[in-house]
Amino acid sequence: MDADETIKISVRNLNFYYAGGHQALFGNSIDIPAHRITAVIGPSGCGKSTHLRVYNRIFELYRGQRAEGEVRIDGKNILDRDVDVLELRRKVGMIFQKPTPFPMSVFDNVAYPMRLHFKLSKSEIADRVEYALRGASLWDEVKDKLKKSGLALSGGQQQRLCIARAIAAEPEILLMDEPTSAVDPVATLKIEDLVLQLRDKFTVVIVTHNMQQASRISDYTAFFYKGEIVEFDKTETIFTNPSHKKTEEYITGRFG
Amino acid sequence: MTTIPLNKRRGLFRRKLVDRIVGVLSVAALVLAIGGMAWILWTVFARGASVLSWEFFVNPSKPYGALNAGIGNALLGTVAITLGAAAMGIPPAILAGIYLAEFGKGTKLGNAIRFAANVMMGMPSVVAGLFVYAVLVIPMGGFSGFAGSVALAFLMFPVVLRTTEDMLLMVPDSLRESALALGCSRARTALRIICRSARGGLVTGILLAIARVSGETAPLLFTALWSDAWPKNYFTGPTANLPVLITEYATNSPFEEQHAAGWGASLVVTLLVLALNISCRIIFKEKHHGR
Repeated sequence: MDADETIKISVRNLNFYYAGGHQALFGNSIDIPAHRITAVIGPSGCGKSTHLRVYNRIFELYRGQRAEGEVRIDGKNILDRDVDVLELRRKVGMIFQKPTPFPMSVFDNVAYPMRLHFKLSKSEIADRVEYALRGASLWDEVKDKLKKSGLALSGGQQQRLCIARAIAAEPEILLMDEPTSAVDPVATLKIEDLVLQLRDKFTVVIVTHNMQQASRISDYTAFFYKGEIVEFDKTETIFTNPSHKKTEEYITGRFG
Repeated sequence: MTTIPLNKRRGLFRRKLVDRIVGVLSVAALVLAIGGMAWILWTVFARGASVLSWEFFVNPSKPYGALNAGIGNALLGTVAITLGAAAMGIPPAILAGIYLAEFGKGTKLGNAIRFAANVMMGMPSVVAGLFVYAVLVIPMGGFSGFAGSVALAFLMFPVVLRTTEDMLLMVPDSLRESALALGCSRARTALRIICRSARGGLVTGILLAIARVSGETAPLLFTALWSDAWPKNYFTGPTANLPVLITEYATNSPFEEQHAAGWGASLVVTLLVLALNISCRIIFKEKHHGR
C-alpha cells in the first residue's frame, strides 16, 4: 500500500455461514484503501458477493445467515450488536446486478434517500437530485423526463439511476455487485467511466466476473477462490505478476 | 457414432393425432365454460332487463303481492353491509398478509397463520353466518346490518390475506435489498416500496374479495336477515339487502311480478360483480403495461 493511502475497511478473520451451517467464507482478511477502486474477482460461487454483502449487513434480510469475525469501517467493527444498521447502510451504499428502480418517478427515486435521511427543503432536494444525476452521468438523458417512471428508462439508464440514488444518501463507500452484468456493452462502458469518476469521492468495492473490467478500472484486486482470499494486491501486480499459481491460472483463463 | 436406423423412429402419425385430440378437447372445454357463462348472463338479462326502470331502483321492496316493488332499500343495504365488511375485514387482512410475506416467512407463527387462513377460506359461508348469529346476533338482541358486515368480513379476511401475501411475494427480493441497502427499515421497505410495487395486485385482491362477498346469501340470512323498510340504523334491526331479496322474491313469493323483480335484482347483482371484475382487469393491466 502506498504511503498516501489510508485504510477504509479492514477485515479480519471473517467467516460466513448460510442457513443450515454451510460455510461460505473462510478466514477472510483484507485492508481496503480509501478513495480507491478495489475489484473482487474469482470464479462463480467463490464467495465474492457473499463477502461484499457483509459490509452493509444486507445478508441479515435472510434468516439463518451469519457472519463471524471483524469488519472495521473507520475503525469500528460493524458486526458489533450496537451498530445502527440503518446508519451503516446510509454510509455504505450498494449497487446490485439487476437495476432496481423504485416504482416511482426518476426524480422521486433519487430524492428518496435524501428525504429518508435528511431534512431538506424542496429546492435543496431539487438541487441535489440534479447533482446526483449529474454525478451518475445521467442528467442530460433524463432532465426532460424527471416525472416519468424510473421503470420506463433503459436497462443501462436504470442502473445509473440506481447509482445516482445510492450517491444521494451521501455514502462514503459504494459496494457494487456485478453492476454491469445485466446491461449491454455500450452501457457497460458508460458505467465503467462513471465508476472511475466516483473514485474521487468514494471508496469503491466492485465485484466483477469480467477480468478486463477489473484491469481497466481498479487500483487493487482481490482474488477469491472457494471462500478464501487467495491474493490481494495492486491490480497491475495481480494481472502481470501474481504470486499464486491459482491466481495466474484464473486470470489467464485456465479455469472459472 | 452411427445414425439411428429409420425403423427406430417413432411414428409421426400418432404424435400428430394426439396433438389434434388435445387441441380439440381444450377448445371444447373452453366453449363449454364460456357457453355456460354466456347462458347464465343471457337468462338473467332476458328475464330481468324488462323490469329495470327508475322506479325499480328508487322504490323499496314491498310485501308479497303489492305493486311497484323495487330494490332501493336492498341496494342501499347491500352497499352499507359490504362497505362495513370491507372496512372491518380488509385492513387486518392486508397487515397480516404483509406480516406473512415480509416478516413471518418460514417462521412457526407465519405457517400457523397461513394454515388458519386456508382453513377459513374453505369454510362454508353459512357457517360464518351461524357463528356470527351465535356470538353477535343473540347477545345484541336481534338482526342488524352490522352483524351482516361482520359475517362477510370473516369471509373476506382470508381471501385478501392470501392474495396480499402472494402479490408481495411476487416482488423480487432484489427490490427489498436495494431499499434496505439505502437505509430503509424493514417496515418502511415493506409498506412504502414493496406494497407500492405490488399495489395493482393488492387492489385487485380487494376488489375480487368484495365481488365475492357481495353476492353471498347464506351468511346474511342469519345476520342482516331482511326487511321491506329502508335501512335506518346500521346496528339494530333487520336490514334489506339484494341477495336475500332475490331469495325471498324467487322462492317465497307466489306472485309473478315479484319473480320478475327477483330476476331484475339478479341482473343488478350480476352487473355489479361484472363491473368489479372488469375494473380488476383494467387495474392489473395498467400495472403490467402502463409503465
